[in-house]
Amino acid sequence: MPEADSANQVPIVGYLQLGDDPHLRANECTGCGARYFDRRNACAKCGGTGFTETRVGGAAVLKAFSVVHNAAPGIPVPYVSAIVETTDGTSVRSNVVGLDDPMKAELGMQVELTTYVCGTDDDGTECVAFGYAPV
Amino acid sequence: MSGDSVWVLGANMTRFARYPELDALDLASEACLAAFADGGVDVHDMDILAAGSLFQPLGFGQRLQKQIGQTGIPVFNVSNACATGATAIRVAYMAIKAGEAEMGLAVGVEQMGKMGLLAGANRLERKVYEPSGRHGSVTSVDGILGTETMPGVFAQAGTGYAYENEGVGFEQFAKVAYKNHLHSTLNPLAQYQKEFSLEQIMGSPVQSYPNTTLMCCPTGDGAAAVVLVSEERLRSLPKEAQQRAVKISASVLTSDPWVESGQVQPDVNTLTRNAAAQAYETAGVGPEDLDLVELHDCFATAELIHYDNLGLCERGGAGEFIDSGAPFRDGRIPVNVSGGLISKGHPIGATGVANVYEVATHLRGEAGDRQIEGAKVGLAHVIGLGSACGIHILEKAAA
Ligand SMILES: [Zn+2]
Repeated sequence: MPEADSANQVPIVGYLQLGDDPHLRANECTGCGARYFDRRNACAKCGGTGFTETRVGGAAVLKAFSVVHNAAPGIPVPYVSAIVETTDGTSVRSNVVGLDDPMKAELGMQVELTTYVCGTDDDGTECVAFGYAPV
Repeated sequence: MSGDSVWVLGANMTRFARYPELDALDLASEACLAAFADGGVDVHDMDILAAGSLFQPLGFGQRLQKQIGQTGIPVFNVSNACATGATAIRVAYMAIKAGEAEMGLAVGVEQMGKMGLLAGANRLERKVYEPSGRHGSVTSVDGILGTETMPGVFAQAGTGYAYENEGVGFEQFAKVAYKNHLHSTLNPLAQYQKEFSLEQIMGSPVQSYPNTTLMCCPTGDGAAAVVLVSEERLRSLPKEAQQRAVKISASVLTSDPWVESGQVQPDVNTLTRNAAAQAYETAGVGPEDLDLVELHDCFATAELIHYDNLGLCERGGAGEFIDSGAPFRDGRIPVNVSGGLISKGHPIGATGVANVYEVATHLRGEAGDRQIEGAKVGLAHVIGLGSACGIHILEKAAA
């Protein structure tokens, strides 16, 4: 069994890159440029099988949202779920964080990627999530 | 008229409700036997059975046969999210269209009880972060990286539309629910038959803003069944059966083509637009010809965007469309005069058959208090996330 290590952190998903400069990474199709956050077999847009890993920009615009009041156990409510589009044209789903009132979420608002610790497991490993905060 | 059309010969639905004392076989059997009686046929006339359910265990169609008649015909067990019922109809339709069957039974059923809309979190006894799945996630991301709940996903579909188009806000979404609750007061088959004011709808507890509780469909139990028949076989049946038969002038099923945002937010628009274009083309009618529409209002936000997707309004004009009163039962294109999923209910597998039942019943002039007078052409639409869209356009038999 691994030793507990409070300094140890893992990203909540594989496409979140931690470190000094946290950012999202996508598998980009070498044929058509379509970007994916999941492990790929082929491209859903063009059928190509070549991918390169690419950095997704942190600046984004809020394109759609919902203020969720009824959520799975353990999830603090209300929270703002959002679809944002990064300035380099990639749609991302996450929470809008850093609003004192969730009803202040506004379509078209400028947001920026941010990271925070969202939990700790029984080995003391911290889970780091990402969200988007108003600029 | 082409000689190879497929027709609805018999149709039935149970009232949508909660039936803790019954099981899915009871509900499906009731709808099937009543659809046979409605069409003046019996199980021995069927060449194929397509049985749709999302939550019944595998082999439901065969178990259903063991209640209503084991004649040895091919059975297709159908599961296609909220488009399950429409897909069952399409399976029977295709078999008849292909000349492999003269008559077929399509049934949809669900028994959901009071199951919640929220996915339950799997709690391990000991929590250790280990990446798993295609996104390498170490824990459930629902509620952390946005919402995966249905009221929230469809809320985002609605606010996404509001971002792109003028004149759409909380009140427009609420008006959709106001209309459907109002319509349901005339439908004895609806799970709820209660009118609510706009203030009550906007003031009811928020599930996922802008969807309040009264803007979300309930869970429930129910079944619906249709008997389909080839045109040739129909012509051999009694005159009365021919006069009551309803023509399926288009049967379309689509899935969602690739869009950039599709990996993070299911696209319920493109596949609906594609299905509508195919259906109008096949049927040789346009939205302006429709006397009524039953569309997939799982949430009020969904109905509003489908006005646009189905071409019922000008592109971008869904807010103005509801504000103008057009989709009310006395408006230009009545939408969800049954009460819709929001008030009639949404036992998932049954829904896509029930909306065909509803349209067919109006075209036959047999819809009682909620009848849309003189209805000749109607459209039934469902969408399942994942995604699948089914559209059927129905036409009244020529007198
Ligand atoms: Zn590609």
